[in-house]
Amino acid sequence: MTVVRHQGGWVIVLSIVAGFLLMVLPLPTWMQQGRPDWTALILIYWVLALPQRVGVGVAWLAGAFQDALLGTLLGAHALAFAVVAYLTLKLHQRIRVFPLWQQAFSVLVLLLLIRLVLFWINGLIGRPEADWGFWTPAVVGTLVWPVVFVLLREIRRRYRVQ
Amino acid sequence: MQLVGNRQGKIIKPLFQQGPPLTARLIILVVISVVLMTVDHRKDLLEPVRFTMSAALYPVRVLANFPSDAGEFLASQFQTTRDLREENARLKSKQLLYQVRLQKLNALEVENMRLRELLDSSYEIGESVLIAEIMEVDLDPYTHLIQIDKGTQSGVYRGQPVLDAHGVMGQVDKVGPFSAMVRLITDPSHAIPVQVNRNGVRSVAMGTGNLNQLELRSLPNNTDVKAGDLLVTSGLGGRFPKGYPVARVEKVQVDPGRPFAHVTARPLAELNRSQQVLLVKRGESSKDAKQAATPKSPDQADAPSAGTAETAAQ
Repeated sequence: MTVVRHQGGWVIVLSIVAGFLLMVLPLPTWMQQGRPDWTALILIYWVLALPQRVGVGVAWLAGAFQDALLGTLLGAHALAFAVVAYLTLKLHQRIRVFPLWQQAFSVLVLLLLIRLVLFWINGLIGRPEADWGFWTPAVVGTLVWPVVFVLLREIRRRYRVQ
Repeated sequence: MQLVGNRQGKIIKPLFQQGPPLTARLIILVVISVVLMTVDHRKDLLEPVRFTMSAALYPVRVLANFPSDAGEFLASQFQTTRDLREENARLKSKQLLYQVRLQKLNALEVENMRLRELLDSSYEIGESVLIAEIMEVDLDPYTHLIQIDKGTQSGVYRGQPVLDAHGVMGQVDKVGPFSAMVRLITDPSHAIPVQVNRNGVRSVAMGTGNLNQLELRSLPNNTDVKAGDLLVTSGLGGRFPKGYPVARVEKVQVDPGRPFAHVTARPLAELNRSQQVLLVKRGESSKDAKQAATPKSPDQADAPSAGTAETAAQ
């Protein structure tokens, strides 16, 4: 009886870096506000697919780097991602067997939670209150979730990440 | 294939988590995050951490910047000779114009310094300038930050004033080895000490979160400020050098029921359009400036002030 060997860690790291890239890629101004939280989507996928490898620690670290990248308060995204990874881990056995559209709903809740944490931190440090557009990334993220899911599943199978 | 292995009982994926319990891990991380955020918000202790992370993330920024870089390169490759010639002629005439103005400025500068010497007041001159390019990278859409392609390796430091051709843009907020983040003057957490150029009334221009608006707070209702007044940096606070244009007053609303007038101004710098920015390094003390003020021969006229070391890296 052997435990599954870990392999393909670089695929996970590269996909998260790709998420970072998508987060800072220049977009027209009107699209900037609706940019989905790519890193979060990618992290949620990996937590669902490989809960024994990608957990709260990885999510937290990715969030911290995203903070450094975007210039937000160091720890804001880290906190949000860690909380979301925790919930995903708790529910992964249920979410995994959902059909794709139902999965997207769970993802919507998770993404809204990220926005909520960021919103709350924004309020705490006394920045002006954001408008409704602040919540659009969660909705757009839900819409692109099926694409992210299918794409990353293909990648995971091809490179036998486990 | 893993499934087959599973059935044969050779490979078993662990169903349950190992290591410290999940909830405990989350709580530890949450506590660390809260501590980090508090420290980052209140103190500058985390700058070294940010510096290291910024260095690690530099390739991501370069990659994100690549499409616009490549576009610019291609555009410059396919310019016609005629266009270039026209541009050259335009620039030459412009340069001539500025040269003439500079000659006068030179004389004025020396005269100003002499007068100040008579008054025994110090005078700072000759800030050295570094040119940096804005990286086409989107940052948090709710803060007014921009990324520039120079970092500590080029001598950029935290708090350094950033200008463009029209006025003050902001100050360096976070530095990495090869890049830095600049907080624009319109960021809600930014304030810049200014004075009205016409009469020297001092105030502080606060960012509003709107790229086209600054707010002057705490100006009494009877202050002499009019729409159209030019606001320049006052040099108070010691961060921004004195005398650079910041904004033009747009609207002055006086409501007798309120203690202060509501004054808004429009930044002069092209905060969302500039491609290149100037980073100003604080000048030498007035003692060096006096040496710089020695009369120059006419053929030195195109070196306007000896203290202006053009460290243009372009």
